[in-house]
Amino acid sequence: MKNDRGDIELAGVCKSFDGVTNVVDGVNLKIADGAYCCFIGPSGCGKTTILRMIAGHDDPTAGEIVIGGQNVVGLAPVQRRTAMMFQSYALFPHLTVRENIAFALRVRGQSKADRLRAADAMIEKVRLTSFADRLPAQLSGGQQQRVALARAAITEPRVLLLDEPLSALDEQLRVQMRQELRRMQQELGITFIHVTHTQLEAIALADLVVVMEQGRIKQAGAAREVYAHPHDRYVAEFMGGQNVLSGRVEKVNGASFTLAQAAPSGIEVPLQARPTVSVGDKVDIAVRRDDVALVRPGRELPPGCTASLPSRVLAIEYQGYFVKVMLDTVPDDEFVAYVPEKTFFADPFTVGDVVMATWATGSALPLA
Amino acid sequence: MQPAQSPIPSRSNLAGWLYVLPLVLVLVPFFVAPILVVLAASFFATDGFGGLTPGFTLASYVEVLHSALTLKLYLATIKFTVLTWIFTLIIGFFVAYFLVFHVRNQLLAIGLFLLCTVPFWTSNIIRMISWIPLLGKEGLINQALLALDVIRQPLEVLLFSDLAVVIAYVHQLTIFMIVPIFNSMARIDKKLIEAAIDAGASRFDIMRLIVVPMSKSGIALGTIFVVSIVMGDFFVVKVMSGGGSASVVSAFYEDVGVLQYPTAAASAVLLTLVLVAIVALILRTVDIRQEITR
Repeated sequence: MKNDRGDIELAGVCKSFDGVTNVVDGVNLKIADGAYCCFIGPSGCGKTTILRMIAGHDDPTAGEIVIGGQNVVGLAPVQRRTAMMFQSYALFPHLTVRENIAFALRVRGQSKADRLRAADAMIEKVRLTSFADRLPAQLSGGQQQRVALARAAITEPRVLLLDEPLSALDEQLRVQMRQELRRMQQELGITFIHVTHTQLEAIALADLVVVMEQGRIKQAGAAREVYAHPHDRYVAEFMGGQNVLSGRVEKVNGASFTLAQAAPSGIEVPLQARPTVSVGDKVDIAVRRDDVALVRPGRELPPGCTASLPSRVLAIEYQGYFVKVMLDTVPDDEFVAYVPEKTFFADPFTVGDVVMATWATGSALPLA
Repeated sequence: MQPAQSPIPSRSNLAGWLYVLPLVLVLVPFFVAPILVVLAASFFATDGFGGLTPGFTLASYVEVLHSALTLKLYLATIKFTVLTWIFTLIIGFFVAYFLVFHVRNQLLAIGLFLLCTVPFWTSNIIRMISWIPLLGKEGLINQALLALDVIRQPLEVLLFSDLAVVIAYVHQLTIFMIVPIFNSMARIDKKLIEAAIDAGASRFDIMRLIVVPMSKSGIALGTIFVVSIVMGDFFVVKVMSGGGSASVVSAFYEDVGVLQYPTAAASAVLLTLVLVAIVALILRTVDIRQEITR
């Protein structure tokens, strides 16, 4: 009986190419069947290596890779029933679109009539019917990407692995193809694992976002959880949208603590998930950029806000529905407020203005 | 000095001519002119003692084309060519394949590649003579076979035979297959091979469906080298067959020896036409230009 389950478990997976440094260093992860999972991290963080190990193009130095309950380490890609979509697609340049897509069926020994019929059905699914007889070089980037997707999907894999599938496309096409990937994933109903270094891509697509740094998983969770509740400074800064401040704990009072900072009154932070904080600890906190409100000095703070950090406006960028205001609140570190467009233009600031940066006390998040 | 205000219409043409000038300066005196001389000589009459009478006669062509020997010589030459082509292609393809796809270390690959050129550090004659101690009647192979009691009499067929001719050609010309095939294989993106493995292709499938079609231009170039060299050679045939075999070129070399210049020239023109036809045929099956600029 064919096992169609595409759930994946990585257990203690390590990979070293030179025997000295681990490119992937003890990764444990569970990915549910039919999930859209994005690995994200800077280049060299080991995300592509993990993908290649799941695909069977590299073998882990240690650990187990389990797909559908079966340890697949040492098996060929075909036996794993995975398919990979390569970065820059790796389409066969001497074969037409139809032959490219039918390739996997051809090497599986399917008859010509059968495989061309299957290929044509797949071509229709990716809307390339009128391009079936073209060579890859005669297609646009987006069309090539669809051919690559169709070529990978035609073997009915239980896991589809995508290595930076959108990086070769221009911005507009990227957003469009992003939706197409998601549509295909839902249509095929199989597990997709997607490697990217673009935060927006990851949170727009994924059910499970895995943030990596130097061969380790920093945080894995739903897109919203990773974005809104980053675990630590690295994740907060990498995923963006957060201001990170650090300081020493001045006093702990019940469900919150106070962080000594440049602010005269200190910053009050709810304890939330951090149970152990003692006076004198150095702690990082995150405040979402869109939670920061800017108030002119001397004016009353909005209700619920206690922190009040005097800052100078360094730069202003108009972004359409919001305005990005860069401040010198934290020495040597970025501090940015995303002010809604209408609020900003009701009382616009200019570069050099002194403002008080504030936020609702409950929205500050202590980081690990 | 002021540059010309109104450019002469043919100015870009002039620049174009300047670009091709060095090549023209080489090709015209060393290629076009000799060919024209040979072509002219093939239409001249002769007094039979090396004297040429300028004129226009097809007598030499009639003689060459009517001779039963011509067909025999062409058949013999084509036999050598085809055998050499087959062996150099097989060896050349697999050597290049090994170097490109199996040697992981690029430095090692380049080193091995240079090793292939070692035979060329010495002269053609030495390379041919070197076969004698191996293939000769008292040679290593015969001695070994005799010692092993595989044969009672030394094998005569090893040296001064068609076999020896083909061996010498393959030895000399395999490099001409390796280089262009290596070059076109090296340009195959390794990701394509991985993509094929991912699709479930076996090693043989990858070779048959990806590597061979994508090495076509290299194979075609190597084929042109090998075919034109073998068809234009007489020296290897002469030495390695011990005078027992002949080729098209060795025949008109003999003609020159007995001062029959017009017949020799006519044979040469005929051979050139045959070669041009073969090369045209090869270029027709493989669009080398398109493959190279890919």
